[in-house]
Amino acid sequence: MPWYSRWRNVFRSEQLSNEIDDELQHHLAQSVDDLVASGMSEAEAWRVARRRLGNYSVQKERTRDMDISAWLDSVRADLVYGVRQWKASPGFAAVAILSLALGIGANTAIFELVNALRIRALPVRNPGELVALDFEKGDTRPGSWESDVAVATYSEWKAIQAQQQAFSGMVAWSWSRFNLSPGGQPRFANSLYVSGDYFHVLGVHTIAGRPLTPEDDSATCSPSAVISYSWWQSEYAGSSDALTRSISLNGLSIPIVGVTPASFFGLEVGRSFDIAVPLCMDALLSSDHRGRLADPAGWWLSVIGRLKPGWTLPRAVAHLHAISPGVMQATLPPSYTPKTAKGYLANRLTAREASNGISGLRSNYGTPLWLLMAATGLIVLIACANLANLLLARATAREPEIAVRLAIGASRGRLIRQLLSESLLLAVAGTVAGALLAEMLSRALIALISPPDGSLFVDVHPDLNVLLYSAGLSVLTCALFGLAPALRASYLSPVAAMRGGGRSVTSGRERFNMRRALVVTQVALSLVLLFGASLFVGTYRNLLSTDLGFQANGMMIANIGLEKMHAPEERRPRTYRELRDRFAAVPGAVSVARVAFTPISGSSWNGMVAADNGIADGSGNLAFFNVISPGYFSTMETRLIAGRDFDEHDRVGSPKVAIVNEAFAAKLFAGKNPIGHRFRTAADAGRAEPSYEIVGLVANARYREVREDFRPTAYFPVDQDEHPGDQTVFLIRMGGSPNRLTAGMIAAAAATNPLIGIELRPFSDQMRDSLLRESLMATLSGGLGFLAVTLAALGLYGVIAYMIGRRANEIGVRIALGADRGQVIRLVLREAAVLLIIGTAAGIPFALWAGKTATTLLFGLSSRDAASLLGAAALLAIIGLIASYIPARRAGGLDPAEALRSA
Amino acid sequence: MPRSKNDKLQGTLTLLILRTLESRGPLHGYGLCEHIHSVSEDLLQVEEGSLYPALHRMDQDGWISSKWEITDKGRKARVYSITPRGKKQLAEEQENWERLTRGVSRVLRYT
Repeated sequence: MPWYSRWRNVFRSEQLSNEIDDELQHHLAQSVDDLVASGMSEAEAWRVARRRLGNYSVQKERTRDMDISAWLDSVRADLVYGVRQWKASPGFAAVAILSLALGIGANTAIFELVNALRIRALPVRNPGELVALDFEKGDTRPGSWESDVAVATYSEWKAIQAQQQAFSGMVAWSWSRFNLSPGGQPRFANSLYVSGDYFHVLGVHTIAGRPLTPEDDSATCSPSAVISYSWWQSEYAGSSDALTRSISLNGLSIPIVGVTPASFFGLEVGRSFDIAVPLCMDALLSSDHRGRLADPAGWWLSVIGRLKPGWTLPRAVAHLHAISPGVMQATLPPSYTPKTAKGYLANRLTAREASNGISGLRSNYGTPLWLLMAATGLIVLIACANLANLLLARATAREPEIAVRLAIGASRGRLIRQLLSESLLLAVAGTVAGALLAEMLSRALIALISPPDGSLFVDVHPDLNVLLYSAGLSVLTCALFGLAPALRASYLSPVAAMRGGGRSVTSGRERFNMRRALVVTQVALSLVLLFGASLFVGTYRNLLSTDLGFQANGMMIANIGLEKMHAPEERRPRTYRELRDRFAAVPGAVSVARVAFTPISGSSWNGMVAADNGIADGSGNLAFFNVISPGYFSTMETRLIAGRDFDEHDRVGSPKVAIVNEAFAAKLFAGKNPIGHRFRTAADAGRAEPSYEIVGLVANARYREVREDFRPTAYFPVDQDEHPGDQTVFLIRMGGSPNRLTAGMIAAAAATNPLIGIELRPFSDQMRDSLLRESLMATLSGGLGFLAVTLAALGLYGVIAYMIGRRANEIGVRIALGADRGQVIRLVLREAAVLLIIGTAAGIPFALWAGKTATTLLFGLSSRDAASLLGAAALLAIIGLIASYIPARRAGGLDPAEALRSA
Repeated sequence: MPRSKNDKLQGTLTLLILRTLESRGPLHGYGLCEHIHSVSEDLLQVEEGSLYPALHRMDQDGWISSKWEITDKGRKARVYSITPRGKKQLAEEQENWERLTRGVSRVLRYT
């Protein structure tokens, strides 16, 4: 293995050198022995022996060359030399590595998220065969929706399974949360309803016990649960007797039959599960013992299929198109009116690639992640420009050294290699530091986007993708900042360079222009980032100060659940009334109201409406609905413009009434006073459309989220609800500290009935969740903008300081001829201002273009917002001028005699 | 991997070293010199400056192997011996050499 031993010798060069010494010394000694034996004096013998061997060091060198891999040896020498160079200027190295690490760290952190959300394959057998089922766009299927990734009703799932030919196996699942607490404050477990052969089709084995099987998910449905590895660890300390235990839920005892491996989190990226139970258990756990299995208009299942061998995605899509009419016909919800039914029958199924799972996070965080990725990429570029600048300055300082090397015969290739190894050292150090930083940053990012209930799960461990990405990034950055200075240095003419130590600036001038160009680039890129940051900060500020139509601060939300009481429908209103009275008596509660859909919680209920005696079905007038108790508007502090609030006379059996908002009145009654008018809402097939009398008009308020236009909304009285559910929400306007109120409310619920579930959270948390993405973008883009400006300021400072160094004698002459301090400072600042202006001008088109890509994320300002652009430019100018003022002041204080002498 | 350049002089040295190690068994560098010198009856004088680079190159190429030994005089010496690969190389070089000398002598004999 010659190469092996030659490589090895590179790293044992001292030992090698000793060995050669020993060998040559032995040769000399033998020579001397023989010469002395032939009668020569010892001193003479040594002289002759040495002469015969020739030049000792040349001998040694030539022998060593045979033992060593020459190129590897030179790389080693370059690296050792590089380390020594950086050791000689630790400040430079620290700044360089730090700025690179910040850029690369931020970029890699975002990449880790992108990787976890979009790239990494699921931890199941042959993930490449998995495709997710969906409806083609423009589908008609009104009903209730469990989540943004729900695709199928139970009957659709059964029909697709029965009619399809494309898949060797299919799985359906629905994510849910079980409340394991018997009453009072909730204790949630993330849970999955899964089809019987879920684990079998995915090829996921259990590490203890057995997986769920189709027998578990049969019509008879025996309760059974598979738990996740982390739940096994946290609840049962990984003990094997977990398999003899049961989970108690709603009076049902569910035996644990198996444990899944640690790597398996399900098929939904962004969520994990603690407990998985068969689909059929939805019926056992629901209050009517039918659950969503029997709801033909309840969309709650996500579906993934495994393609049969030889089937491609397009072929599967064509097949799904073909079976769609049959599936729709078999699953048509009977409640649909003929118009809706026609739309439903025209629905078509489709499929898309799902090797990386499905995720609701993708649509919400898709654009923000790419934007952040681009922004952090710009930071890397700015950091590279900084480094290129620093290296160019160093190359200038090293011109004499390089010239000497060239003059004594170093090849350009060898020289470039040496300079690049120094850059590579920086790049690698920066990448390693950046990767460590990325670990922390990506975790912090996930903590930022996680709601407090722990339902978000993103696995960001670094894998091969991340490793390859950061390695690629480090080579790229090295090439970006190292190549130009290295190439330039190597094309130096030795004569010019050696003379360049004096006053000739011909070759230096050119390089200096390159440094200016780099600073201009930095300024331009920083402007893009700053503009982006001010757009996002502006968006967030607009959202915070937007008119919600109610007062969000000082309110508490209480989610109430009666399901553990197993109370029949007719008993519920009395319990709710009792709760309301007790809550109202809690010290610190100013007013109390009930509501079906908490505002800006993201959930909604809508339907078609028609004015007076029109037909609502197919009218095209969509309105949003909510169900509220008397006192709701005064609790929310929403203005009642006309008419009256609901009162205790509005109950089941009394005339049906409603309160509408201004947007509703504008849409249905062209803005006229709607009090006394009636409107109808659409009904299920075969039923009369109900009609409501409008008794009140209220101001507009946000319904689903903060960043929406006011929606036409109608409110119905809670006491006219004929089928009160077992869950409701109370809103409490607080007069004092939330802590005291919280304790009082929990006690009040327990006093009503200890089985009542109560979960309290301040309304401000709801606001925070609703604006999570916006606050994330504002925080991150602000941070990145700040980082960009800091790096650009460093670059500008470097160039100005360098310029002053080069023009020291000119400045000296000026001062000697009577220029005062202010004039010198103005001279320097003018130089900086030119760079800033060119950079800003160059950056504006890019900034506007970048703003356009972010349009959908903005609120209350345009993507070409002039104030934001001006603000960004002004901030950049101020920081840039401050950065140049420091060296400028030093120039103003130059001692002319000193400056002239040293030049 | 650098292949040994087989120019005439270098090739000759390789040939001489391999042949010597084959016939005499393991030897150190100085012993090789002495052997070639005495067997050739003073006609061939190995240039000592070329010997050690050649030995190290051949060692790296795997034709000869080396180990450190203590000589009778109590000195530490590096002793070389021929490897099976070296023997194959020797046969090849020997044939090349004979073809060369045959050719050269034919040209010289031509009248």
